[in-house]
Amino acid sequence: MIHNTPRISAAPENFVPADLISAVTAHGIDDSRRIFLRSSFAAALLGGAVLSGRAKAAEGEAAILEKQPWQTALGKPVAATPYGVPSTFEANLQRRESPGLTRVSAASVAFTPLQGLFGIITPSGLHFERHHQGWVDIDPAQHRLMINGLVKQPKIFTMDDLLRLPSVSRIHFIECGANTGLEWGNVAVPTVQYTHGMLSCCEFTGVPLSILLDECGADLKKGKYVLAEGGDGSGMTRTIPMENALDDVFVAWAMNGEMLRPENGYPLRLVVPGVQGVSWVKWLRRIEVGDMPYASKDEAVHYIDLMPDGLHRQYTSIQECKSVITTPSGGQQLHATGFYNVSGMAWSGRGKIKRVDVSFDGGNQWRTARLESPILNKAVTRFNIDWVWDGSPAILQSRAIDSTGYVQPPIRTLRAVRGSRSIYHNNAIQSWQVGTNGEVSNVQVG
Amino acid sequence: MFRWGKRLRRLLFALSMLVCWFPLTSNAADKFPGLGRPATVAEVAAWDIDVRPDFKGLPAGSGSVAKGQEIWDARCANCHGTFGESNEIFTPIVGGTTKQDIERGRVASLTDPKQPQRTTMMKVATLSSLFDYIYRAMPWNEPRSLTVNETYAVLAHLLNMAEVVPDDFVLSDKTMASVQARMPNRFGMTKSHGLANMRGKPDVHGTACMKDCAEFVQIGSRLPDYARNAHNNLAEQNRGWGPFRGVNTTVAPLAALSASRSVAQGQPSSVVVSDDSVSPAPTGKILYAKHHCAACHGLTNKLVGPSFREVAKRYKGKPEVNAVLEQKIKLGGAGAWGNIPMPPHATIEASDIASLVSWILEGKF
Ligand code: HEC
Ligand code: HEC
Repeated sequence: MIHNTPRISAAPENFVPADLISAVTAHGIDDSRRIFLRSSFAAALLGGAVLSGRAKAAEGEAAILEKQPWQTALGKPVAATPYGVPSTFEANLQRRESPGLTRVSAASVAFTPLQGLFGIITPSGLHFERHHQGWVDIDPAQHRLMINGLVKQPKIFTMDDLLRLPSVSRIHFIECGANTGLEWGNVAVPTVQYTHGMLSCCEFTGVPLSILLDECGADLKKGKYVLAEGGDGSGMTRTIPMENALDDVFVAWAMNGEMLRPENGYPLRLVVPGVQGVSWVKWLRRIEVGDMPYASKDEAVHYIDLMPDGLHRQYTSIQECKSVITTPSGGQQLHATGFYNVSGMAWSGRGKIKRVDVSFDGGNQWRTARLESPILNKAVTRFNIDWVWDGSPAILQSRAIDSTGYVQPPIRTLRAVRGSRSIYHNNAIQSWQVGTNGEVSNVQVG
Repeated sequence: MFRWGKRLRRLLFALSMLVCWFPLTSNAADKFPGLGRPATVAEVAAWDIDVRPDFKGLPAGSGSVAKGQEIWDARCANCHGTFGESNEIFTPIVGGTTKQDIERGRVASLTDPKQPQRTTMMKVATLSSLFDYIYRAMPWNEPRSLTVNETYAVLAHLLNMAEVVPDDFVLSDKTMASVQARMPNRFGMTKSHGLANMRGKPDVHGTACMKDCAEFVQIGSRLPDYARNAHNNLAEQNRGWGPFRGVNTTVAPLAALSASRSVAQGQPSSVVVSDDSVSPAPTGKILYAKHHCAACHGLTNKLVGPSFREVAKRYKGKPEVNAVLEQKIKLGGAGAWGNIPMPPHATIEASDIASLVSWILEGKF
């Protein structure tokens, strides 16, 4: 039983006049305004017209005082949607293409809406998509994995074979080498979906590649590389150093507890932890052991990083330590001052996240954020930090440090070494500006 | 004695079973009996088509520039342009290289910030990469349909357009190496960097400064105002409730914090439900994606071919046109919208083509 007089507190913008707010943000609160503020709060409490129309303010909110349709009717039966889908209220959060980025949608990318995600796992239906020649849905009964090249015995594995082998389940991030690539020269896109949305993090299940290589008697002396090849029309091929292949690479069939989605390589894809997404060959059908890199089209024409001297860095693969604040982030609108849980993601292709610092003033002062568990190797780590926004302009940044001691650099430091036309491997600190009107926008500092 | 003999016999039997099930695996580990089988020579040959920079894997064969031009015009030019210069479907393949580049083996325009596009020929250092890729993946909508000789020919023509080989050149497994020595950007790659493997040393370092780290903070770049709505309305791309809603980019920014706008509990949710997400796409749209019409036709914008909105507009109120268009899609052809031909679509079922045409003519995109 509550005997106190209830205090109804709706969001402050409900009962503080707009012109007062802008006056306060412009000049601070002086005594006359303070008195006015107090009286406007009092007016709201005493039954002013500003609360939701149907509720009498003195009594409370309509959301509580009135019966709701979902409370007063029979709900839907089980299995009404045999494969569940998100609430209709979440429909805005979808994978999206960046208009004008690519010319045709079958050689394109759809970005993950990071601005709406929580924790570290990307829901399967929102995992980013990048296809070079469209996506296919392969009949697993017809799918084969061949291992050949410098092996004693080239072998064929069916999906049945693979699923009988000892499997591992691991959570890893996958990031396209071109993630944030649009921003090397200047700000180009408005939201974190388009700046960082070629990033996902899922639990994958599959068999270590080392087991399969061992089964075929791979020549580890001469065989310093493996070539992974896809079974779709693009026949995507990528070279992977044997060192990685034997370390933590695995041949995965499952993602987030179910089979891979076709857009993500059903029924088989390579997982190459810490390495850019293009190497995680989808619809994987062949592994060849060889003694030199293969310079496939996507190692010789794309996924090469242009340096200021006109040379391209070839076989750049590792995704270095990076982080980004996802809420609040570009294209969002804050509607009130006060407390916010500022939240973001950090990851490193070389290990675990050790620390994330956040600045609210464009990089002058920094505070260390809370890292949420789990903190896993080559996986996204979620960070959070408290912030009380006083309505003045702010520039939010996050800076991650990984277990090797590597510190995420600002964009100007990256440009000083790599120029601004590299396209790939931009792991710069991201800046979001919060205007006095509450609008958050993408900016670059310095 | 008797017991040992029986055990031995059992062991021998088990061994013989292993041997006859896995006759070829004796050299490889077989820790997982019953899983995997040896690949046959023909199977490996069918799939192992990769060609390396040292030309290991290159099949025997040849093709001339002249033959290649025929193939290019018929099967490549509609997407890549007559001279490989098209920027409509993908970035240009040819352009941006010079005779000096061919001599030097480095493409000068790569250091020119004014160079509008980095073409394939400006970047690629290894000829093997082009052969391998064209043979495995082109034409984009009909991969693995070129023969080895056709691949040599069309690559010869492509190299001819880039002025790397003369008009009468014949490219073959024998002449590939001589052309490699003329690739304009053959010395343009470097492997000295720390991003190739886990042991590599990073080349850029941030600092973990915590206090008074920036003397002054200056904004170097932001989105120009005209790009405000270029990614469509951001309010529709963020959760429609909660503290982090999207900016309505269809209107000017708020003058001040939106005190008068009600976002409190108890108000109708402003979530925007896009039709795509709740109702299944019409069959036409599915077929449009499935048969890759999107490669050349935008629904509302012109690509290689006319936009479907334009097509619907032109043929509005002409029911007799369905059959004509169905035939046109099936057989391909040019002239109705310009000189660029539409390729034939011989393998699409008639019923799919019919549905596509009715959907296009309905004009509801
Ligand atoms: C239906 C359109 C289409 C047709 C027809 C087509 N291509 Fe392509 N081509 C593409 C697209 C799209 C890409 C890029 C694919 C990707 O993103 O991986 C491409 C890529 C290429 C590339 C690599 C370019 C680069 O910079 O990565 C070459 C070389 C090429 N095509 C040659 C050919 C040849 C030769 C033919 C004819 C035999 C042909 N193409 C027919 C659409 C087409
Ligand atoms: C490689 C490019 C390409 C592809 C793929 C393609 N088209 Fe076309 N299409 C064209 C071009 C170019 C034209 C204009 C031809 C002309 O001027 O007569 C055209 C014209 C058309 C027209 C109008 C014809 C007329 O006579 O007015 C229709 C309808 C059409 N396409 C439907 C389709 C459909 C359906 C698909 C998918 C099955 C498809 N196209 C795939 C290039 C393409």
